[in-house]
Amino acid sequence: MKLEAYELGDLLQKRKQIKRSLSEQANLSEIRLAILAGSTANELVDLLELHLLASGFRPTFYVGEYDKYYEESVIDPDALMAFRPDFTYIYTSYVNLKHLPAVQCDEEALRENVTAELSRFRQMWKSLRENVGCQVIQNTFELPPYALLGNLDAVLPGGHSRFVQELNLALAREAGSNPALLLQDLMRLSSEIGLAHWFDRERWFSYKLISSPEGSLMIARSLSAQINAARGCSRKVLVLDLDNTLWGGVIGDDGPDKIIIGRETPLAEAYTAFQEYCLALKNRGVILAVCSKNNEETVKQGFSHPDSVLKLTDISSFRVNWDPKHENLKQIAKELNVGIDSLVFVDDNPAERAIVAAQLPAVAVPEVGSEPAHYASILHGGRYFEAASLTAEDLERAQLYARNTQRTVQQEKFADYGEYLDSLEMTAEIDVFKPVYVERIAQLTNKTNQFNLTTRRYTVAEIEAIARNPQFIGIYGKLSDRFGDNGLVSVLIGRKDGIDLYIELWLMSCRVLKREMESAMLDAIVERARNRGARRMVGRFIPTAKNGMVADHYSKLDFQRIYEGEAEQTLWARDLSDYQPRNKHIHTLESIHG
Amino acid sequence: MDSLLGELQQVFRDVLDKKDLVIKPESSALNVEDWDSLNHVVLISAIEKKYHVKFGLAQLQDLKNVGDLLVLLESKLAAKV
Repeated sequence: MKLEAYELGDLLQKRKQIKRSLSEQANLSEIRLAILAGSTANELVDLLELHLLASGFRPTFYVGEYDKYYEESVIDPDALMAFRPDFTYIYTSYVNLKHLPAVQCDEEALRENVTAELSRFRQMWKSLRENVGCQVIQNTFELPPYALLGNLDAVLPGGHSRFVQELNLALAREAGSNPALLLQDLMRLSSEIGLAHWFDRERWFSYKLISSPEGSLMIARSLSAQINAARGCSRKVLVLDLDNTLWGGVIGDDGPDKIIIGRETPLAEAYTAFQEYCLALKNRGVILAVCSKNNEETVKQGFSHPDSVLKLTDISSFRVNWDPKHENLKQIAKELNVGIDSLVFVDDNPAERAIVAAQLPAVAVPEVGSEPAHYASILHGGRYFEAASLTAEDLERAQLYARNTQRTVQQEKFADYGEYLDSLEMTAEIDVFKPVYVERIAQLTNKTNQFNLTTRRYTVAEIEAIARNPQFIGIYGKLSDRFGDNGLVSVLIGRKDGIDLYIELWLMSCRVLKREMESAMLDAIVERARNRGARRMVGRFIPTAKNGMVADHYSKLDFQRIYEGEAEQTLWARDLSDYQPRNKHIHTLESIHG
Repeated sequence: MDSLLGELQQVFRDVLDKKDLVIKPESSALNVEDWDSLNHVVLISAIEKKYHVKFGLAQLQDLKNVGDLLVLLESKLAAKV
């Protein structure tokens, strides 16, 4: 069910009915969410619940008392601790600011006020992290409804517009250096619909609701996207049609030199701007693919057009043929090794959009219409590519996928697979968790679904706790080869219990499948387990809709099945007395700390 | 039944999640089950969005029952034409 199809009035009116039908979906994942609010939060919670349900979560809410957000997080966090939220959203607004400067104040006093305001929020984040152990989402602040000083309100240290902007910058710096803190840019949300549409003074005076229903909807959509991102459920691939999507005209009919692109006409400028937007998405880590009903050779000439911003090398997967698009989309997902639910499909043709939406409901198909001037803003509005953080690896991802294609090509030249692996000249760094990788490790636990034996999700705080706890052995693996650095691709967490080491988490990024990285990881954990006196290793496989590829993982590694439990969970054990290192093709760096 | 009252009845049925609810001009928060302050906000917001109208503070304060709401909504709609 697509929530975008509902008018806001219908969403409010029919909420309970929509909630019921969304709740019937299979495989919803549980999530616990606390909302601490400085104004009435019910409308936001209602809308957020629908959006989380629609994106595959079954949320349980704790809604704090009206305007008790500080008390409930700092002074008396017992109720929150008992609730054990995964995320706490501190829902505050301009009316909750306590240190707005006096109109005659100077720069020094402004700085002091910003620091005082910030420290109140810092106390909340600290308490939430230490006492509750959850991820915190803090919003930036909207501009005040009135600029008391007119244009000077943004200039003078006593201007409240100036104060809000200084505070927002300070919040951004905090979030940039604190991985447990996610910042929601409410300032931007309010700007997108405009303050005149954001504030609703009757609702404030009547019900202490700070924003219009449109404002609540903006917050709900953005929060839902942010939570999806933190859980690794953001989309990864932008699949583009060509004719009248990336350029104007029909290349097969008009010829490659007649397509509409460049700076000559308003229409050509709009297509060029959209290509620039796609290229910018690629440069921030979104993978680009092409799916078009066309002749492949002709289309390639389109990308060689001197005004084409996108070049063939920007496209990681290329499906140009006359097959149905939903078939091609499946192929694209397979080729790029991502789930079908990672795709966003952009096509100006409503018939193609409709058939893809019907055949592949997991693919996001925004209603982009046929006006190229609007494609980018409609894509943006869907918030498909939201990220909790941008790691260096995200920024390099497009290149990585391009290199993987090279590897596949090269692989075909070797008859013997071992010879191919040797030719890759792989080097692995495998070591216990280090502070510098904690964020990436938590990110991987939240986004890896296929090669993941237990699919347990961890927050940054939990990974840090494991790194400190001598009962646990947590190791990560990085893998590089002659084509480049794949980055941190595997995580393994073991818990020592007597002579046993229980493997609580074992995951690996699919881009290093079949590289014997799992053997290298096993060798490394066995060595550490033995050093701590373990004599047996016990692994668990918890099947999900996505991790079928590792169903026989433990049997391949010579573990014996010792137990079969509920929901086809299995337990596997392996004696360590006769364990011999298995990895033969990856050179591992010596850096054992424990 | 008056058509506007019929439409409002559907809004009440959806918001209060009671598919057989019958409302009359004299229905009010006092005699309709679940018409509490939280649902009142949803009812008013849904009606404002549905009919593209906006009620004033004093008007909201004076609403005593469905009949008042009906009169207010009719006057807002009449003013739009």
